[in-house]
Amino acid sequence: MEFFHKVTRFPFMNTRKVWYGLSALLIIASIGLVTLRGLNLGVDFTGGVTVETNFPQAPNIESLRTALEKAGVANAQVQAFGSSRDILVRLPPDPNAKGDQIGAHILEVFGTVDPGVKLQSTAVVGPQVGQELFVKGGWALFATLVLILIYVLFRFTLKLACGAILAVLHDPICVVGFFALSQMTFDLTAIAAILAVIGYSLNDTVIVFDRIRERARTARKLTIAQVIDESINQTLSRTLMTKLVTLLVVLALLIFGGETLHAFSAALVIGILAGTYSSIYISAALALDFGLRTDDLLERKLTKPEEVDGLP
Amino acid sequence: MTAYPRWKIALVAIVLCLGIFLAVPNLFGEENALQLARDRAVVTDTDRAAVAQILKEKGVTPTGEFLDQGRLTLRFSTKQDQLKARDVIAEARPDQFTIALSQASRVPEWMRNLGLSPLKLGLDLRGGVYLVYQVDVAGAVKQLLDHHEQDFRASLRNARVIYQDVVVDYPSNRVRVLFRDADSFAKGRAAIVADNRNLNFTDTTVGGAPALELQLTPQEIKDRQDYAVQQNIVILRNRLNSPELAVSEPQVARQGVDRIAIQLPGLQNSAEVKKILGKTATLEFRMVDESNNPLEAAGTGRVPLGSKLYYTRDKQPVLLKREVVVTGDQLTDASFQPNTQEGPAVSVGLDSRGAAKMLKNTQENLGHLMAVVFIDRSREKNAEGVVVDRTTEEVINRATIRGVFSNNFNITGVNPIEGRELALLLRAGGLAAPLSPVEERAIGPTLGQENINKGVNAMVFGMLAAFIFMAIYYKVFGLIADLTLAANVVLLTALLSLLGAALTLPGIAAVVLTVGMAVDANILIYERIREELRNGVSPRAAISAGFDRAFSAIADSNVTAFIAGLVLWLFGAGAVRGFAVVLMLGIATSVFTAVMGSHALVQIIYGGRRKLERLSI
Repeated sequence: MEFFHKVTRFPFMNTRKVWYGLSALLIIASIGLVTLRGLNLGVDFTGGVTVETNFPQAPNIESLRTALEKAGVANAQVQAFGSSRDILVRLPPDPNAKGDQIGAHILEVFGTVDPGVKLQSTAVVGPQVGQELFVKGGWALFATLVLILIYVLFRFTLKLACGAILAVLHDPICVVGFFALSQMTFDLTAIAAILAVIGYSLNDTVIVFDRIRERARTARKLTIAQVIDESINQTLSRTLMTKLVTLLVVLALLIFGGETLHAFSAALVIGILAGTYSSIYISAALALDFGLRTDDLLERKLTKPEEVDGLP
Repeated sequence: MTAYPRWKIALVAIVLCLGIFLAVPNLFGEENALQLARDRAVVTDTDRAAVAQILKEKGVTPTGEFLDQGRLTLRFSTKQDQLKARDVIAEARPDQFTIALSQASRVPEWMRNLGLSPLKLGLDLRGGVYLVYQVDVAGAVKQLLDHHEQDFRASLRNARVIYQDVVVDYPSNRVRVLFRDADSFAKGRAAIVADNRNLNFTDTTVGGAPALELQLTPQEIKDRQDYAVQQNIVILRNRLNSPELAVSEPQVARQGVDRIAIQLPGLQNSAEVKKILGKTATLEFRMVDESNNPLEAAGTGRVPLGSKLYYTRDKQPVLLKREVVVTGDQLTDASFQPNTQEGPAVSVGLDSRGAAKMLKNTQENLGHLMAVVFIDRSREKNAEGVVVDRTTEEVINRATIRGVFSNNFNITGVNPIEGRELALLLRAGGLAAPLSPVEERAIGPTLGQENINKGVNAMVFGMLAAFIFMAIYYKVFGLIADLTLAANVVLLTALLSLLGAALTLPGIAAVVLTVGMAVDANILIYERIREELRNGVSPRAAISAGFDRAFSAIADSNVTAFIAGLVLWLFGAGAVRGFAVVLMLGIATSVFTAVMGSHALVQIIYGGRRKLERLSI
């Protein structure tokens, strides 16, 4: 079986203004969503208490809420997660709250509604720790981008590296926008997902660049725009096939991984889609607009000498 | 096609065999087990033999047993045997062991001795409590400055020097001794320096009058903070081994500058743990009452006047004088010295008050025995719900006073193991910076099992989808890719088992993701081969070119993903780290299997054919 019998000839470079527009729209929409709706930050980042419970039958959430209020548990968020039988309680950070006691207390209160309730897990994160984790997560994103920029710079040229980083930045922004839109809990695993997305997206971009460099060295008669178009088209089947398989695998995580991995795998799905898009339509196009020329790719003779000897 | 070198095929085969060998312990499954630990000591082979004897007498046969990190693990085929054995051991040796119910792998002992062990599961997969404590390191530095202040005042008092004041400036970590005139400054300086030779002082003037200044260097502050954290880790480790808390494999580790993370697998009630971890410990130096017989006192219950009955750690009675020589808060440091003139010793440092009392005591009691008493205090509720303070006191060391000493002395007559432990205990009991819990997570065992099932399901279905897709899309080459994917999972399991890294649910997600990465590498190669075939290149040349040319792209893409993993590992905490470790290892194994492994398989399948006209790709 083969989906791509012939090498496609899509004019990516000529239509690049359209794709820039689409990306700009996505980025503006994401930033708008984050500022307007905000992120539903998890207990990892805000500090506070989460208690997960499991009921034998789906309970009435409203009655759970009133039971908690009556028992003097203030400001509790009660929501179903995963299934309607799994109930999550979230409390804001409270310096006087004792984790072990609050878990037992909530279980006791819920027991009056349904005696069959079970405590699944509790998490208590101090507000200071939450803030630190948030800052650390931000630094991790920044450090990844810088290190990858250095690597791409070392392997390719400055113009390609800038194109790669800008295109790669686009993907986490889309993922964060998705979190603002869906109001899924944004926690540490979401950061892990974003970093994985950066890795994946760059992976595609680098493979396209690799081909551009190779083509630039062998097909000297073509303009750089033609080289880029050809390279993207030649690697298109690989890019789409790989992402298809990766998506299959991530979908398995999304469907079977349960609540703990839900936000993580959803972020990956969005990130992989955005990453595939940005590495096909955006990264090389940006490099072209930064003034990439065939000469830029010839100067650095990093590859084996026999390839250089074979040049016309 | 240039043949793929034989040595590379051999290398792939060897690595794969090694991988299978290392991954095999995961196939044995788990059994009910007991874990025996001793309070502040290790379980020895003698204990092991004794326990085996006890069980043999009572007719309970363990299916396996092993000693690891000072703990004895006994496996049993049934739950009844496990519980019966616990009761039998507890009855025969009361208070000697901490006995925890746990699960242990059925891996045979010879495999275990070779260092082979199954994957460790993280708390989210096996259930348990995770606690993070914050150590008050600023308080520890403050304590040090206060100590210096008191010492300086004492030195000046003893030397009868008139001084204006001793001022501690906490934010700038500085102690200043203010004098009125140059004469008293000179005398005071001499007195203070004589008592504190290890400190670096500077002369300065404050408001026109001379002053002596001690400024802590950043290194000294850092040392002090590290010391406070280290000390608390030692205390927490000791307490987690206490009989009150039956935990199997507790883990205590430093996290960042001033935090301590504790993992307690299998534990449900964190309140119990926090109570025990919150205890305070201290110690006392007392003279031994050598004129009375401790055995007699213990037997009759009549303790001579002016003495107090204590027990050592091996439950031997000891009579000590009521009068305390030095208490733990006067201790400034304790370290183990393996090579002194009198053999291994524990070097102890005292502050000026302690030093003065010790000097007087040693002058009067040369040649007599002095003992160290370790005191553990805890506050707890008894059966009626009333809060009571419980104190455990025991003699941890007795030694003959061989010379006159004051602020610095050695405790000799210890063997290297005892010495190291005594130094730890002295430090642990002495000064402990206050701890406060900042993060706490508890995962119930049912949730753990659910997480395992979900993770395994996701893995199985994800891989199945990838397998089927590859086989349909790339035919024989797809099947080759499937084999390398399977090999990748085996190698990854082997590496994780070897390194003892705990597998968490995010870790399982990382395994699934590396399957994606490995598929990617295969697709890169196969697409390249197809491309070469389309260009009219012969099948053999196409295979060669495919593997060669795809390699630079595979390397680039995997290095970037590896960078992301590395950063996650460096910056992340808890679950994120688990993800990062598996991701990095997975990238390494997937590159190996997809590039070398699949090339070797292609060579085996197609390399031997004389005429190769078509490829099944």
